[in-house]
Amino acid sequence: MTMAKEDALRTEVFPYGIAGVGLGKVERQVSVDEPPALPPNADLNVIGKSVPRQDGRAKVTGAIRFTADISLPGMLYGRILRSPMPHAQLRSLDISAAARHPGVRAVLPIDSPDDPQSATFRYIGAPVAAVAAISMAAAEEALRLIQVDYHSLPFVVEMDRARAQAAPHVYESAEAAPGGHPSGWPAAANLPLNGNVRGPAISRRGNVTRGFAEADVILEAEYRTQVQTHCCLEPHGIVADWRADGLTVHISTQYTTGVRHELAEEFGLPLNRVRVIVDAMGGGFGSKSTLGNYGRFAVELSRRAQAPVRLVLDREEEQMDAGNRPGTWQRLRIGAKRDGALTAISLLSYGTAGVALGAGVGFNAEALYACPNFEGAQHDVFINAGPGCAMRAPGNTPGAFGLEQAMDELAERLAIDPLVLRERIDPSPVRREERRIGAERIGWQRRRAPGVDPGPVKRGLGVAQSLWMANVQINSACEVRVMRDGTVEVLSSVQDIGTGTGTVLAQTVAEVFGLRPEDMTIRIGDTEFPPGPPSYGSRATASITPPARTAAWRVLQSLLREAGLALNAAAEDLVARKGRILVRDDPSRGISFREAAARLRTDRISAVASRSDDYPGFRRRMGDAALAHQDLGGVQFAEVAVDTETGIVRVERVVAVQDCGRPINPRQIESQVHGGILMGLSYALFEERILDQHTGRMVNPDLEHYKLAGPCETPAIDVVILENYQGNSATDAYGIAEPANIPTAPAIANAVYNAIGVRLRSLPMTPAAILAALGKIPERRS
Amino acid sequence: MINTTTALLAQAETLENSTASTVGPEAVAITLQINGAARPLRVEPRMTLADALRGPLGLTGTKIACNRGACSACTVWLDDSPICSCMMLAIDVGARRVTTIEGLAQGDTLHPVQQAFIEHDALQCGFCTPGMVMSCAALVEHMPEPNADDVRASIAGHVCRCGTYPHVVTATLAAAKVGRG
Repeated sequence: MTMAKEDALRTEVFPYGIAGVGLGKVERQVSVDEPPALPPNADLNVIGKSVPRQDGRAKVTGAIRFTADISLPGMLYGRILRSPMPHAQLRSLDISAAARHPGVRAVLPIDSPDDPQSATFRYIGAPVAAVAAISMAAAEEALRLIQVDYHSLPFVVEMDRARAQAAPHVYESAEAAPGGHPSGWPAAANLPLNGNVRGPAISRRGNVTRGFAEADVILEAEYRTQVQTHCCLEPHGIVADWRADGLTVHISTQYTTGVRHELAEEFGLPLNRVRVIVDAMGGGFGSKSTLGNYGRFAVELSRRAQAPVRLVLDREEEQMDAGNRPGTWQRLRIGAKRDGALTAISLLSYGTAGVALGAGVGFNAEALYACPNFEGAQHDVFINAGPGCAMRAPGNTPGAFGLEQAMDELAERLAIDPLVLRERIDPSPVRREERRIGAERIGWQRRRAPGVDPGPVKRGLGVAQSLWMANVQINSACEVRVMRDGTVEVLSSVQDIGTGTGTVLAQTVAEVFGLRPEDMTIRIGDTEFPPGPPSYGSRATASITPPARTAAWRVLQSLLREAGLALNAAAEDLVARKGRILVRDDPSRGISFREAAARLRTDRISAVASRSDDYPGFRRRMGDAALAHQDLGGVQFAEVAVDTETGIVRVERVVAVQDCGRPINPRQIESQVHGGILMGLSYALFEERILDQHTGRMVNPDLEHYKLAGPCETPAIDVVILENYQGNSATDAYGIAEPANIPTAPAIANAVYNAIGVRLRSLPMTPAAILAALGKIPERRS
Repeated sequence: MINTTTALLAQAETLENSTASTVGPEAVAITLQINGAARPLRVEPRMTLADALRGPLGLTGTKIACNRGACSACTVWLDDSPICSCMMLAIDVGARRVTTIEGLAQGDTLHPVQQAFIEHDALQCGFCTPGMVMSCAALVEHMPEPNADDVRASIAGHVCRCGTYPHVVTATLAAAKVGRG
């Protein structure tokens, strides 16, 4: 295929704005290699339709393979011995008895007493050693044969205590502790360590002192969020197969391309000798973004045992050592004029990701509302608990619980309706529409003064907003192939985390060829294919659908040339529609797609396209990743009933109005929004990792004492998805997973306040917390 | 739920009436009635039905997510009742019929609940889906005209982190309607 010169551009006119509200046009200069502008969904056949998932049948029949379902010949079973102590020095480790067990093929001491740095265990569940054996039972037996002598050290598992100067130090020196501050992007470097506190990471604009001096009203409030665990139904797991000619791993991962890089670096292998495969994965929510310690152990065990090793975490390991959403404390100070105009915001936060970093509260306070003066100081606090990691909108989800309640409090102080306040200070035209639509759906005019419901069960309405980056992964590519029999394959290493990535790829390519999405063969989740983006940061659809469409369009041009010869027409006068290639102005003249394919000179033609820059450019670019100019929004409304005698909060209804650029499969998007709301509702009312301060042990490392919202706690959910066209890429599609999770908890909290007239500033809002807030029982000591 | 209890009571009665001597710890030979076929296998007495299905029987459609009866991902039918297969030992199954997700469809024809799950997008990652389908299919088999609360009650023990519950309810009600014609 002839490629145009890089500087060859043409002008395209794209749909621009929100369908049904104000759909205009925008001109963009695009490379001649890019496909023509995609019309709005109303004018398309496949994109924008709620077609069924391409892997739906395999999932409802149990045929689809998850990592734990993979069995290889001669496969061994891996298990990890974990520290029973929250803080301990390794004095000695004797693996000889375990190594003599007849079923054991390899024993891997993870830490050596000779290396004091690595020989310190800083949380219960920290890996100590790993074994590979011929059965799970043999592996379990071998773990019990490993002799470990621990020297117990002082520990701290409560963030407030850990902040005190006299608290035991989780890390003995600044060098031993993780550096940076991943809450920001990019991570702040060289932050000081003071006791257990890393930071502050400072962000500043304007002059907050002057801003507060200009304020008519200053609101100050503190908010606290708990630690939430990911609870992916599918545990973390890997099947590692180390061979002389290369390493193959099956792993439940959100990023095959990234794991391949990690493995290559960790084991000194060239990229072309590492293959990473994931057929199906059972949820990740941020916790399966990297190889993980268990993944490294499995590969090393496979290398030593010279056999494939399957290592799957059990539920207790999942809860203790597979990541979590950090807990936070935040103090917000907001200055405003009487009309609501903000004059200053200051944010002070401390959060804990256990032994790791990343416990900031995001950028809501900094960026959601127009305010000339801002100052943020965010800190990470180390405690002797399992490492936190990214979880569905890291930072912004706990941060929104603070900021969006503070806005509710400010509105009341100013005697302005919370929606009217946002109308005055929120510059986003998209959220303006979302507020308007949502207010109408929920019946916002029914909202009454706080706590006025007579009787013990009180109802209330609340609203909160979402802010998230429109992330794009530049390092994303897709191949599209057409065979001589007219079949089509779409290939990328992008994985389907459960959101339906394969289905949106099928829709994107089918639209180009005028075929049905079910006719596409989707081959993804394998690094043998062109590199795909990660399924995190709500970026998979934004990153992979544009190159899929571009590759398909380039293949189509070859096919149209062949069809043109048959039809005696110029290729540019032909269109692909409903399984045929037709002359645009005379549709009676045409041949079937299959006939056109049969004329190919070779058995197969293909094109690989990579993600182009957004047509108007990016706001920011960092290595492989970039930010689109616009953000992702979303506004959610909640209606709750609070029983003031039992303290039970029931969320009766949620209205979510969300945007994600061009929606490709509305029903799949609705499913994801349901998931975001239910995870947020569960966060608001039920979930909490509880650590015993006397032993450092998680007391609820399971799925029954760790409380999750279930079907009986699920409210009526009304989802509205805007079509918000920006003319940014070949598909103009963006993500939804994270924006749908951010505003739920504060919307519920604001509704609870509206119901009972008492503000809950701490999560979860359990019956005990509600009764304590109402003064009916003593406050629980946190 | 009631059916599960009945099944467990029946199981307890069987055990009490049995005169078998102690077995194990080494593997014993048993035959399970799985998806309409007799499947002989050797299992250690400590092996759960879930592990027997996923391991020696190769039926990996049944999932293990908590392994202690808290999430229902491993739901199969024992005779006609949904149970958590992680909470039952393989040697205790006896002559009762086990139906797994692989045995729910009739050849290429999906059970109406399976079909409805696809049509209503009642699944996302799909890991809880086999168990969820088994419980919803049992409901539809036992209760031809369920309402939404019946569906919610029938899946009250299931955990789905993707949040598919709303579409699971819609799909199951639609499947029941199809079943009624």
